[in-house]
Parts: sequence; C-alpha cells; structure tokens
Amino acid sequence: MLDKLWEYLQYPFVQYALIIGVLIALCSSLLGVTLVLKRFSFIGDGLSHVAFGAMAVASVLHFTNQMVIVMPITIISAVLLLRTGQNTKIKGDAAIAMISVGALALGYLLMNIFPTSSNLSGDVCSTLFGSASILTLTITDVIVCAVMSVIVVAAFLLFYNKIFAVTFDENFAVAVGTKAKIYNLILAIMIAVIIVMAMDLVGSLLISALIIFPALSSMRLFGSFRSVTIFSAVLSVFCALTGIIISIIAGTPVGATIVGVDVFAFLVCLIIGAVLPMRGRK
Amino acid sequence: MSLLEVKNLALGYDNRVVAKDLNFTVNSGEYLCIVGENGSGKSTLMKTLLHLQKPLDGEILTGDGLKSNEIGYLPQQTIVQKDFPASVKEIVLSGCQARIGLRPFYSRDEKLLARQNMKRMGISKLRNRCYRDLSGGQQQRVLLARALCATRKLLLLDEPVSGLDPKVTTEMYELISELNEDGITIIMVSHDITAAVKYATHILHIGKKLFFGTKDEYLQSDTGKHFVALEGGDDNA
Repeated sequence: MLDKLWEYLQYPFVQYALIIGVLIALCSSLLGVTLVLKRFSFIGDGLSHVAFGAMAVASVLHFTNQMVIVMPITIISAVLLLRTGQNTKIKGDAAIAMISVGALALGYLLMNIFPTSSNLSGDVCSTLFGSASILTLTITDVIVCAVMSVIVVAAFLLFYNKIFAVTFDENFAVAVGTKAKIYNLILAIMIAVIIVMAMDLVGSLLISALIIFPALSSMRLFGSFRSVTIFSAVLSVFCALTGIIISIIAGTPVGATIVGVDVFAFLVCLIIGAVLPMRGRK
Repeated sequence: MSLLEVKNLALGYDNRVVAKDLNFTVNSGEYLCIVGENGSGKSTLMKTLLHLQKPLDGEILTGDGLKSNEIGYLPQQTIVQKDFPASVKEIVLSGCQARIGLRPFYSRDEKLLARQNMKRMGISKLRNRCYRDLSGGQQQRVLLARALCATRKLLLLDEPVSGLDPKVTTEMYELISELNEDGITIIMVSHDITAAVKYATHILHIGKKLFFGTKDEYLQSDTGKHFVALEGGDDNA
C-alpha cells in the first residue's frame, strides 16, 4: 500500500492537490474559529452557493477565466452578509439562507437553460461536491492558491488581536475606538477568497465543513482563543492531508473523504473533551 | 469644565424617541447612577454616551482632557460570550486595544497594565483560566479589569450586578465604590435603586419624569420618593 502511495506521490497533480489541500485547510480553519464564535457558521455554505451561481453565470457567458466573475460576486455577497449582523430588518441567519438557496437555484436554472456541455448533471455534481477537477490542477493554480493563502494568513496574524477583540465583544471594541466595521470587512473578504479557492477541492456543498469542524473540535479541548486557533489549524491540515491520501489509495471522492476525516476528528475531540475535566486547561 | 456634559439629548431608534430633553453633567470623581423604569432608555443612553449609537438630537461634550475613546465600558454580557473560548489574560489585554492603534501586537507596557488590573480586581490567579468556566462574579471582575485597561478616568457600567447572587452583588458594589474612591468617575445604569441611593453621589432618573441632582436632592424630590417606595421594596431586583 505504501508503494502505491509512493508511486502516486511522484505525480505532479497529486503533489499539487496535497499542497492546495493543506493551504486551504489552514486558511479556512483560521477564520473558522471567528466565524463559529460570531454565529456565522453557515456563511461558508451561503457564500459557496453564491460562488456556484456566479460560476454558472460565468460559464453561460462563456468566460474563459471564471474567477473574474466569481471572485467579485462572492466578495460582495460576503460583505453584505457580514453586515447584516446588527440592526437590520432581515436577521443574519435568514439573510444567509435566503441568498444561499436563491443563488443555488439560479445557478442550476441557468446551467439547465443554457447547457454548456452534454453532461449537465455531471457538471453540477462536480461543482457541488468537488471533483476530479482537483486532479487537473496546474502549476498556475498552485501558485495562485499559494499567494492567496499567504495573504490570508499574513492578514490574520497581523489583525489577530483586533479580530479577537471584535469577535469577543464588538460593542466594547467600538466604544474604545476600534474600527470594527473595517475588521468585519477584512474578514468578509478573506472568507470569500478562501471559499472560491476551496470550491475546486471540496465543492460548494462541503466547504462549510472545512470552516466549522476544526474550530468546533478545537473548542471542545481548549479554553483560550490562541490555543483554539492554533490547534484548529493543525487539526485541519492533518485532516486534509489524511483525507487526500485516503482518497488516493481508496479511490474515494476527495472532498467527501476530507470532510469524513474532519467529522471523525470532531467525534474524537468530543469524547476527549467529555472525559477530561475542563478546569485548568489552557 | 466637567468631564462629561450632556445638553438637550434625545435618544431613540429609527426616529422613535425613547427619551428626550436630557441635561446633566458629570464632574471628575463623581458617582452617577442612572435609574428609571424598564424601557425608559437607560441602556440606550449608555450606548449613546459611548457613541455606539447616534443621538437623535442634542450633544455630548467631553472635557477635562477626556478623549471619547478613553471611556472604560462594562457591557451587559452577550450570548456569544457565554461559550467563548478565551482566557482571562486575553480578555483583559483586549482592553488595551485603543492604546495600540494600528500596531498589530501588544507591547510590554500594555501587558504590564493588564497584569496590574488583574491584580487590582483580585483575579491574578485566574489569568490562564477559560472565561466561560468562571462564575458570574468572576466574569464581571474580568470585564471590569478589561474596562480599567481602557481608561484611567471614567467607567460606564451597564447593570453590573444583573444575574449575580446577593453576596457577590455586595462585593461588586464595594469594588466599584473602591474604584470611585481611587478617583475614577463612575456612571452606572441600574435598576437596583437601593444600591443607587447607597453608593451614588448623583442620580439621573429617566422615564416619564426626569430628574438630575445629588442623591440627597433625589431622596427629597417627589420622583425619588415615589420611585424608592415603589422599587426599593424588593432587594436586588
């Protein structure tokens, strides 16, 4: 079995998949902690459906580079959704649900009315659940993904203390003069970028899993924001690597396998968290 | 010039006026308690003083060299905080966020300030504990230490004892009183009128009738007599 794995690891596309998988897992888990705590667990789901809809529009319009349409639309939606947190007529969860299903329906409708290839259900399925497309990644994809990841991680580290302050207590932060709106905007843009990047890997239905599972697992075990964030990043990278390797060996779908490993890790953390007493843990 | 001066302030949401014609001043070292019936706009006033919300009319002036971001705020707890994984140290340190401006990390001075304020609140031993595992009283001390990191002059407290048991409530009031004696000006929103008349130097009563004056004047006034008789019966309400 190891021989087989070693043999696969020689292929560039497998290496690319591993690199991209690790980067996306890292970025999504960093932001996941904040999003879960801000009660925005479903934003990943909502935005990925928006990205799906945007992708449908792009392919109907025959854009060669779909990112030109998908990225801006997703970023705008992210900004609008995170803004709905306070004082709006439609509350956060309802707004996310509305945009999410709306975009999904619109995307599928467009792909149905203006089919771009003969295998429509195959196209839709691979956009929703991630697909073979991870095996067609090029070195350009890897470079774009790496650059984006570096930006996201750097921004996260740079704004770490501000993100903590705004997440823990937005009112206090605003009262002492922190520009909470700007940090919420930065968060929204980062999350949109990650989601668009992650679509190829796990598909738009499963992106939420990458965002919320590592954070939730980590919160079972740790009691400080810093340790929760660090452990969530480590766990997420580990699960992504394990998932990709299993999927290569067993021939299972990549996205679903990674999420499966994440779910398993969550159950393990849940049990450990229930057995060990919470007191004294950092 | 007083620390805070409020002129003809009108409060509310979406142009619906909750309270209007508010006029009061707070001088350095005073202890002002804002009382009134439920829904009279106490919390709205607090948010307006903190610039979390725009006043519908009137103005809020700060003086004595107080900058508008040098106010320490003790908010009511939110649902988000109940299961938030954060250590005491992290939360207290976040009180220094106004000092660091655009700098990404906290300096040694700020960490020292956080340590001093944890000591002041008697929570040094809890510094590595997770906030969600603490008792209600301990959590309030953490938030008070954080507020102290943000200010040396003025604390705004929004219902600081809600949800605390009687013994811890008394401790909390004593603690706030000590801070006031150390020279920190206090503005507290409360519906605990018994404590208000016990600890405060000045009372602002908002609601159908408005009153602003010293505690003694309040106890002599019709508004005060009526409200104390009405609310004072049930301790720690």
